[in-house]
Amino acid sequence: MGAALERAAQWTAAGSGTGTLEITPLNESLLNQIIKFAEEFSTKHPEEAAFVFREPLEWKTQLDSSVFGKGYVVNEAAVQSEATSRDGQPLLLLSASTLRVRSFDQLSRVTQIAMEKKLKEAQACLEANRDPIVKILGPEYATVEGEDTSILHLFDKVKRGYDPETEMKMKIILLLHQLDLQLLNSSLKQISQDVRLNPAAVNSEVNLLKNFSGKGEDTVLESLEYTSDYVFANGCRAPPWRQVHGDICYLVIKPHDTDPLYITCNTAGVFLNGGLLKGKELDYERKSDVYKDIVTFLRERSPRFVENMAKQEYSFFKEPAYEKNSQYVEGADAEVSGQSQNLYDSTEKKVKSSAAGRRSTGKKLQPTMQWKNTGLSASQRPKSSDKASKKDTEEEGRSSTVSSKMKKKFSANAKSLKINRASGRKTSSSLEDVSDSSSDAEEDEQPIRRQEGTTDLSPEYWGIQKLSKYVKAGDPTATVIALCSMRDFNMAQESCQLAFKDTGCLEVLINLLDTEETNCQTGSLKILKEISQNILIRHAIADLGGLEIMVKILDSPDKDLKCLAAETIAHVARFKRARKTVRQYGGIRKLVGLLECVSVGTPYQAKDTEIARCGALALWSCSKSTKNKKAIRKAGGIPLLATWLKCSDANILIPVVGTLQECASEPSYRLAIKTEGMIENLVKNLSSEHEELQMHCASAIFKCAEDKQIRDLVRQHGGLQPLSVLLDNSENKKLLAAVTGAIWKCAISIENVSKFREYQTIETLVGLLTDQPEEVLINVVGALGECCQEKINRSTIRRCGGIPPLVKLLTATDQALLVNVNKAVGACATETENMMIIDSLDGVRLLWSLLKNPNPDVQASAAWALCPCVENAKDSGEMVRSFVGGLELIVSLLKSKNKEVLTSVCAAIANIAKDEENLAVMTDHGVVPLLSKLANTNDNKLKRHLAEAVCNCCMWGSNRAAFGEYKAVGPLVRYMKTNDPSVQRAAALALYQLSEEASNCIIMHEGGVVKLLLVMVGSTDDPLQEAAAGCVANIRRLALATEKAKYG
Amino acid sequence: MSRKRLQFLAESLSRSTKHFSEVEVECLIKLFDALLARSCSQFAVSGFNRIAFRDTLFAAFGMTDDVVLDRVFSTFDRSNSGCITVVEWVEGLAILLRGTLEEKIKYCFAVYDLNGDGYISREEMFQMLKDTLIKQPADEDPDEAIKDLIEIVLKKMDYDHDGKLSFADFEQAVKDENLLLEAFGPCLPDIKSRIAFEERVFPDTRKL
Repeated sequence: MGAALERAAQWTAAGSGTGTLEITPLNESLLNQIIKFAEEFSTKHPEEAAFVFREPLEWKTQLDSSVFGKGYVVNEAAVQSEATSRDGQPLLLLSASTLRVRSFDQLSRVTQIAMEKKLKEAQACLEANRDPIVKILGPEYATVEGEDTSILHLFDKVKRGYDPETEMKMKIILLLHQLDLQLLNSSLKQISQDVRLNPAAVNSEVNLLKNFSGKGEDTVLESLEYTSDYVFANGCRAPPWRQVHGDICYLVIKPHDTDPLYITCNTAGVFLNGGLLKGKELDYERKSDVYKDIVTFLRERSPRFVENMAKQEYSFFKEPAYEKNSQYVEGADAEVSGQSQNLYDSTEKKVKSSAAGRRSTGKKLQPTMQWKNTGLSASQRPKSSDKASKKDTEEEGRSSTVSSKMKKKFSANAKSLKINRASGRKTSSSLEDVSDSSSDAEEDEQPIRRQEGTTDLSPEYWGIQKLSKYVKAGDPTATVIALCSMRDFNMAQESCQLAFKDTGCLEVLINLLDTEETNCQTGSLKILKEISQNILIRHAIADLGGLEIMVKILDSPDKDLKCLAAETIAHVARFKRARKTVRQYGGIRKLVGLLECVSVGTPYQAKDTEIARCGALALWSCSKSTKNKKAIRKAGGIPLLATWLKCSDANILIPVVGTLQECASEPSYRLAIKTEGMIENLVKNLSSEHEELQMHCASAIFKCAEDKQIRDLVRQHGGLQPLSVLLDNSENKKLLAAVTGAIWKCAISIENVSKFREYQTIETLVGLLTDQPEEVLINVVGALGECCQEKINRSTIRRCGGIPPLVKLLTATDQALLVNVNKAVGACATETENMMIIDSLDGVRLLWSLLKNPNPDVQASAAWALCPCVENAKDSGEMVRSFVGGLELIVSLLKSKNKEVLTSVCAAIANIAKDEENLAVMTDHGVVPLLSKLANTNDNKLKRHLAEAVCNCCMWGSNRAAFGEYKAVGPLVRYMKTNDPSVQRAAALALYQLSEEASNCIIMHEGGVVKLLLVMVGSTDDPLQEAAAGCVANIRRLALATEKAKYG
Repeated sequence: MSRKRLQFLAESLSRSTKHFSEVEVECLIKLFDALLARSCSQFAVSGFNRIAFRDTLFAAFGMTDDVVLDRVFSTFDRSNSGCITVVEWVEGLAILLRGTLEEKIKYCFAVYDLNGDGYISREEMFQMLKDTLIKQPADEDPDEAIKDLIEIVLKKMDYDHDGKLSFADFEQAVKDENLLLEAFGPCLPDIKSRIAFEERVFPDTRKL
């Protein structure tokens, strides 16, 4: 609890030495927690409670000896506990209002005895014992800032030999630390809710109030004056030694109805101070509660203020002469809208609005129009503390429109802050590792403003500020010394990184880059390289024009300098604008140039490798923008990357392969990867010992293997086996995602599937169907789908129990995943035995419901998957009918605009229509006109499935005639003329069915179908032959009948 | 100087300094002779005196700091003869142009160790750093700032905490942070003037 007391609790500022705890809500909650801890201690930890303190905790109590009862010996004013320590001293001793307590047991008794006075007692106790741990355990356990090793020492002791006392101490110190943490946490919560004033806010509030002050009945105040006219550069009026305590300025306020009020505006809020002492000196001690602003304060103090404030409303609107005010209101309004925008938020705007958010911490406190409202209702409700007043403002928010708007702002603000905080934390960890590879889309990062508001500055801030003085005022020699010394700070620490920005040192560092002094440039870059790990710094460097100078430095003859510049560029260029800047200043060409350092003939020299490594790192960062990919290619980067790919140093391979895999989203790179023989090296490095390298290689293969030749190359270079082996490393999810992706794409080739079967990859993949992140699942399922090309694999999946998890995944939400799952389930359903399992798991219903998914790809893949299901399920007709509304749904999909959806739905309908009852239902839902409408398509695949659907739909009622009426026959005849045999076949089958209807025969005949059919009569495909012949026969029969009718 | 003697000198020097080829040493010797002839034609001296040396380094590398240049002179002048002979010239330039880090550390330390007692003391640092800060009228005491700077240096470089820099301290510090090589003032030519100098003096012989 030492740390919490030292840092979180609010000690009265003026007092040095003992000091007193202020009565603030924060302190109160701290005290209450400590009391609770003490109270429960003896019951929770009975053994530790008996531990005798090194020294007694001693404080002036207000407890009377009479309250001590059982277990205590009371004689006159003195009280002794019956319990004593081993050496016979009483554990509790009260004499002359001084209480000495020597164990937790007694402490908790005291708190129980004190009843309602326990808060006072705890306060007195802590005031008298600023660091209770020292008294309890001894001085070696004093609370120290920073690293505390006392526990470790103790732990050592415990380990060395069994000693019940040390062990006890250990337990106690752990308990106390726990409490400490708890206290800090809870106070942090409170502190972060605290709103803080700043000079600008106070100033505008004072100006506003001044406008409504003066002589006269209707003014809100008689006068309001600063005690000092001198304004310091930071906007404060308080003397510097008081600014340290957060004081901003002091005001003398003369309300109409009370004596002059002397108030202090502090960053923590507004409160009454002790007023003028003799000799014109102010008594700075706080004399009242803290209020969040002057208006709130005055509302408490002066009824007339409240009253007149209400009257002001009208004049306020009438007189736009108060320029300052109207401006002010505008500002506030603009901010409200700004904030709500922030909520809906396009991350783009975040930069801007976060700047606004920063301003708003101040503005939030400033009185805007709504203060009149709060003023009004405040008069109806008495309030005692600022906590209550805060609550009130919110309540009023509900009752009045103006402030409800305001409230929205509050919550919006709070929300955005929360987001900021959450993502801020992320930033510092791994949010944007370079290894976060991008897909085709250009990825971008957004700066997130950290929460400002606390005026406390880190020690790093002061340290760096001091050194930056030498950088600014020194010649190169002094500058270099200061820069080197700065590097002793822990640059990986966020507070340190930001200190460079806050002290303005960043500008100086960037200016140094623009000098001719190699040493200064080097020193500056060494720092920039480190601190540019921070997202805010990166953006600041870009804003200050640092990138263009660094690009210039890439030409320097000094190799170290070049390396540093390239590495820093690699760090900075993680967002789009920076990447663009690098490109625009010709950076890409120069970076590619760094890769050229390979000394001809000689083996790679260390320096050159290092330069190339840095160059590759920078290119990697830059390659996340499409235009930069192009620029790299144009600058001749691909052959250089290919050359470096042949080396065996993982340090350089990682950025090189990283760049390649990033660029592999471009077709030109995929071509180059194929033709420059890079696949061989990529495959080789799959067996590297660096997981990151393996990942990038796999990822490059993943992106390239859409190309058949590349798939074959991967197989020929023996890449499939290492890929299968890598599946065993299921801990590294990024690696797993890349590897499964590569397997998926490679499995598109059936030759590769056979290889995978050899390596038993399918079994492993099935094992990865559960408990994996989505990006892995997508690829695993995709791979399984492709492996199902081989019949044997389909049963392997079943044998390994892969079907239930697959079916379960049909309930996923990710669309890419659903598409793959649909494909895989569909592929599995081609086996009757698989189908039985799918059916028993209700998989068909799940597939069917995916037809409702808004994504056309999901719809199409679901419809495709339904085809084999309907074909292979037992009692499929019955099953389909059992889906309420299912048939209507699928028929309605014929209205889709997506070709693939239409094709797949036609295929599904062709299958469903085999069941007569279902066909009847579909006919009712208008399947015939919908199919007919689609007949005039150019797409061969659609033609084929459409013809099949038409063929199967003819089997019901007057559908044949209906197709004729809806003009489907003509187009079908034309299908016969395409050069795709499968379309011709399907069309012939459909025409045969349609030719059963006389009117259709006429249309067919007119379309010249007989000639086309006669060719097919010669086909070796029996059903086709039969259909063609049947169709011709039907036409012929009609002709004969007509002739007979005519002439007969 | 006879052709033969020149060749002999060049050969032995290129062997002893290791950094230059024979041809390069020859070029340097010729440059030495030419500069010498120009600077003090009337006296038949065997080397540069202090002023001539200073002018030469300024012309060649743009080095201007007088305090440091004096020290560079003394460091070049191994024999303490008050003038720099051709051998000292070539050996000195070997370090300036091609020296390894170790050689440079030795050289820099020798330059900075003003009184040659093997330590860089606070006073010596003050001497070397006193003009490094731009005087600002608002500043309290400019000397204070320099003293602060010296403390910063000591904190960074004084590994054995004896309040002065020994060679071991200096070597360690520079190895940890190369930038500290020229911690007390520029005494090595920067890379650009170095390249320019080599291009000028070694025509066509520069190897990559």
